[in-house]
Amino acid sequence: MTMLDTPIHLEYTFTPGIAQSRFLRGLAEGRFVGQRCPVCGKVYIPSRGSCPVDGVPTGEDVALPDTGIVTTYCVVNVPFAGQAIEIPYIAAQVLLDGANISFMGLIQEIPATDVRMGMRVQAVWVEPDELGPTLASVKYFKPTGGPDAPYESFEEYL
Amino acid sequence: MADRCAVIGVGQTHLRAKREDVSIPGLVREAALRALADAELTFADIDAVVIGKAPDMFEGVMMPELSLAAALGAVSKPMMRVHTAGSVGGSTALVAAHLIASGIHRRVLTVAYEKQSDSDAMWALSVPQPFAAPLLAGAGGYFAPHIRAYMRRSGAPDHIGRMVAVKDRRNALKNPYAHLHLEDIDMKMVEESIMLWDPLRYLEACPSSDGAAAMVLAAEDAVSGAYPPAWVHGMAMRSEPTMFAGRDQVNPQAGRDCAADVYRQAGITDPRADLDMAEVYVPFSWYEPMWLENLGFCPEGEGWKLTESGATALDGDIPWNASGGVLSSNPIGASGMLRFLEAAMQVRGQAGEHQVEGARRALGHAYGGGSQFFAMWVVGSDKP
Repeated sequence: MTMLDTPIHLEYTFTPGIAQSRFLRGLAEGRFVGQRCPVCGKVYIPSRGSCPVDGVPTGEDVALPDTGIVTTYCVVNVPFAGQAIEIPYIAAQVLLDGANISFMGLIQEIPATDVRMGMRVQAVWVEPDELGPTLASVKYFKPTGGPDAPYESFEEYL
Repeated sequence: MADRCAVIGVGQTHLRAKREDVSIPGLVREAALRALADAELTFADIDAVVIGKAPDMFEGVMMPELSLAAALGAVSKPMMRVHTAGSVGGSTALVAAHLIASGIHRRVLTVAYEKQSDSDAMWALSVPQPFAAPLLAGAGGYFAPHIRAYMRRSGAPDHIGRMVAVKDRRNALKNPYAHLHLEDIDMKMVEESIMLWDPLRYLEACPSSDGAAAMVLAAEDAVSGAYPPAWVHGMAMRSEPTMFAGRDQVNPQAGRDCAADVYRQAGITDPRADLDMAEVYVPFSWYEPMWLENLGFCPEGEGWKLTESGATALDGDIPWNASGGVLSSNPIGASGMLRFLEAAMQVRGQAGEHQVEGARRALGHAYGGGSQFFAMWVVGSDKP
């Protein structure tokens, strides 16, 4: 058998829907916008427009701060095609203050060996003229230096 | 009441980094012909074919089942495809078994495969999305943080992952089909391997493999072949969303529910005591202690103690992954079916050097996606 590499290119238009549009437009203004479920009261970010547990629309927008904690993380040290960030890098689950679900964020300004579960972090945004409707508006999260959150306070988010 | 369903033929290809001697049709046909030979049947005896593989994006062939019909003797016969990410090999076997249990067909061929050398799964699992930071780094990058969470939650010492990595590779030395045959594997070798996704090292992760698995399933009145059949005692599938507030990502509810359902059908109350062995989808070493807890082989928080005690070794009281498991061979789409197939081989007494002596009842398990799809069956040498 003979192997042949044939590079292909695909362009597509991404339609985020109402809830994600609010999240992405918030990022373009340098702020985090989540949504609250009217039944369980949990705050989702990014919201997909409905609560996966209760199956109802999450209509209410909730402004969230750009501070939170690292719930868990890994240090990526494996190269692969199309990689956007230089290795090694810290890929963390970041739980914003007031949110009930974490999302993946890059951690910088700290050696990988010093990162901790429960470490307090804050978003570092790109320059105002570089902001756009994408998570690339957040350059990374950095440690605030504040005291770590106790394990019991975020155990349910693991 | 469902009809009885039996595994009467099993076949797998040798699992290798690159099978450059065959195309995808050649690969699946090789496994299928071995399964048919084991059942002493030909394609003409088969009523329907059920096939599964991981996402099409991996090899870049859309709906490959359409072009594989000829290679699998399925032209003008019912053929269907199953999609459940990494658990697909297990789900595919279950869909095939449902066709027997429902009385629709008497003999069904089921096949699963992956040709990782034709694909770039690492890239396909790391595609940047507009609403997320471009941090995804393959399956290891997804699962490593959950492993860290398990270690913190259970207080397990670091060496447990290395123990599983060594155990499964030593088992693979007894399985001629296994991809990795690491003669010198030991704790030191694992500890000195490169850290890929801290806390996961290279030798604590599965390889990328080419390979296919196939089984012939039959109704009670259609049993054939030289080996005794493996009877299906229970089968279950469950799924849950990848992301919801309060989701237990270390010990997912869907896995616990799936296990409870399959045990209830098979009359199992204490899996460690009632089963003779288990083939469980463990692509990263730490998933052995995590799934020991998820599948109820021990109380929560104690999976690592069971691993540490040697209970899951080939000479332990409940061997896990006697074949070498996913840690030794990972043709993604086929990996789940290999778990189901190896469980059947054990209760048929045809596992050769990695046979668990006297195995009469075994669990086959697969999971996939972000631990959101689960598929399980219990097979036994006794007719249920």
